[in-house]
Amino acid sequence: MKHWFLMLLIGCFSLPAHAVLKIDITEGVEGAAPIAIIPFKWSGTAMLADSDITQIVNSDLARSGKFSPVAEKDLLARPQRPQDIHFKTWRVSGVDHLVIGSVDKTSADRFKVDFRLFNVYRGEQVLGYSFTATRASLRTTAHQISDLIFEKLTGLPGAFDARIAYVTSQQFSGKPPEYKLQVADTDGYNPQTLLTSNEPIMSPVWSPDGSKVAYVSFETGLSAIYTHDIHTGERVKMAAFKGINSAPAWSPDGKALAMTLSKEGNADIYIMSIKSKSLRRMTKHWAIDTEPAWMPDSKSLIFTSSRSGKPQLYRLSLDSGARPKRITFEGRYNANASVAYDGKKVAFVHGKDGLYSIAVLYLDTGLMQVLTEGPLDESPDFAPNGSMIIFASQDRGRAVLAAVSTDGRNKQRLALSDGEVREPSWAAERN
Amino acid sequence: MKTRIQQLGLLAVFVGTLIIGCAPATKPDDAVVAEPGAQVGTVGGEGVAGASALQGMTVSYDRNAINDPKNVLSIKTIYFEFDSSDISEDDTEVLKHHGKYLSLHNDVKIRLEGHTDERGTREYNVALADRRAQAVKRLLLFQGASSAQITIISYGEEKPAALGHDEASWKLNRRAELVYE
Repeated sequence: MKHWFLMLLIGCFSLPAHAVLKIDITEGVEGAAPIAIIPFKWSGTAMLADSDITQIVNSDLARSGKFSPVAEKDLLARPQRPQDIHFKTWRVSGVDHLVIGSVDKTSADRFKVDFRLFNVYRGEQVLGYSFTATRASLRTTAHQISDLIFEKLTGLPGAFDARIAYVTSQQFSGKPPEYKLQVADTDGYNPQTLLTSNEPIMSPVWSPDGSKVAYVSFETGLSAIYTHDIHTGERVKMAAFKGINSAPAWSPDGKALAMTLSKEGNADIYIMSIKSKSLRRMTKHWAIDTEPAWMPDSKSLIFTSSRSGKPQLYRLSLDSGARPKRITFEGRYNANASVAYDGKKVAFVHGKDGLYSIAVLYLDTGLMQVLTEGPLDESPDFAPNGSMIIFASQDRGRAVLAAVSTDGRNKQRLALSDGEVREPSWAAERN
Repeated sequence: MKTRIQQLGLLAVFVGTLIIGCAPATKPDDAVVAEPGAQVGTVGGEGVAGASALQGMTVSYDRNAINDPKNVLSIKTIYFEFDSSDISEDDTEVLKHHGKYLSLHNDVKIRLEGHTDERGTREYNVALADRRAQAVKRLLLFQGASSAQITIISYGEEKPAALGHDEASWKLNRRAELVYE
């Protein structure tokens, strides 16, 4: 396999107060489609370094594992208008698609952004859009361009114009550790800190509409589940029962949270109505039951249970009253499911011979595929289009975020400039 | 690893010691003396083969005993095997003394903190660590401590005692801590 070590994003020039994630492609990219993205032409202003649309689209597409953008120094030419493109030359060089575009500053805080996507073999335009942006929204526009190109060429909706939530922790000598709940663009930019605490923060998860994050915080000295509106900052304490308050999961309609409570003495799964906070107990077993994940049709939950002696995944039908059905059988440790939005695949942590990897189970066939090598990978979460899985990993003893394409072909690391970063959640949509 | 026979032997010597009532190593305060069952003695004794961690430790339940490094009550961390909430026989012995202490000082409150090593998933580990703390609580209640004296908090893998990524660190992190408040 070909190994790439591309550093795609560095620095925090625009946001010095925040640590910024940087992304390295660590493995790939066999079968990735070559695409040439000609540097966008800027007029009315010099190129804004933190909103370099060319660079953003380049790294988004490379990150997906499905595209292999031509390095800027290797570009054969830099056409700026459609009539300047010499398709035959690009064809000979093996490039499938070509993107040109421009950014015009039209007034004090207005930019007009155009781009066009060409099929090199057919010699014709296949996509063209024009956007209006502000200084602050230029990066978002770039991610939208990536999404449009991705969708046009793969048939899958893009997932670049979205947010991820994650937890960071930093140790300072002689001081208590500092935990932060942050949300950022999927490339790690625009980090926003929702909560800082000297006590652990865990299990952040996006509401389906992308407006809220639910999580567990130990800030009072005991665990409690909160919901947090990322725009208004409004927090609601949802569960602070005796025992553990853990593993919140939004129902697909956003009206309920599945969660793990041990208020009856043992970890079991409950469903709480967000509006009334009324609880419905879903499991009652002496073993550990936790980590609920909703199927997209809301009719069942996948969860982790130790009822067989070791943690395994089970599927619980919410209305039938039938006993949960075990769905994982390979290996002694299978836990922490994330269900793809198509309801056909489940990503989870697979432990074997002391190594913890990310694996995918295909629900219709029961086939399992191990995607990563561990040794301590955890917290998998599907991208909204199901093409990638973001997860927490360790790199030389340091906690980092990583992503793997669902077919296992492409891997990348998202490292925070300092501190440890973990428990990523990928929002279904930007709100 | 000790054999079961050695452990039973240790237990026998220990019980014997309690019954005979060795000279108090720590002078109990008045409140404790007034209470029935406030025995004082030492754990183990001369001649116990296969030294246990508890051997030679003082047993007394006076109020400050939890701060005496020689007292068995100074053992406030209980360790576990991977993915297990089983408590070893030695630790069962330690927890008996803590339970007894709590039953004799019913104004004393304790926080049981459950922890795991970093392996496995975070939320499963929260549930596992809760189970460890619950197992400790059950033994304390068995000795007459009351539920009202005990708070449980499960941190899972979030607060490791050792920061390494190997068994040497992991075994120190799979623990329940008894924190007197």
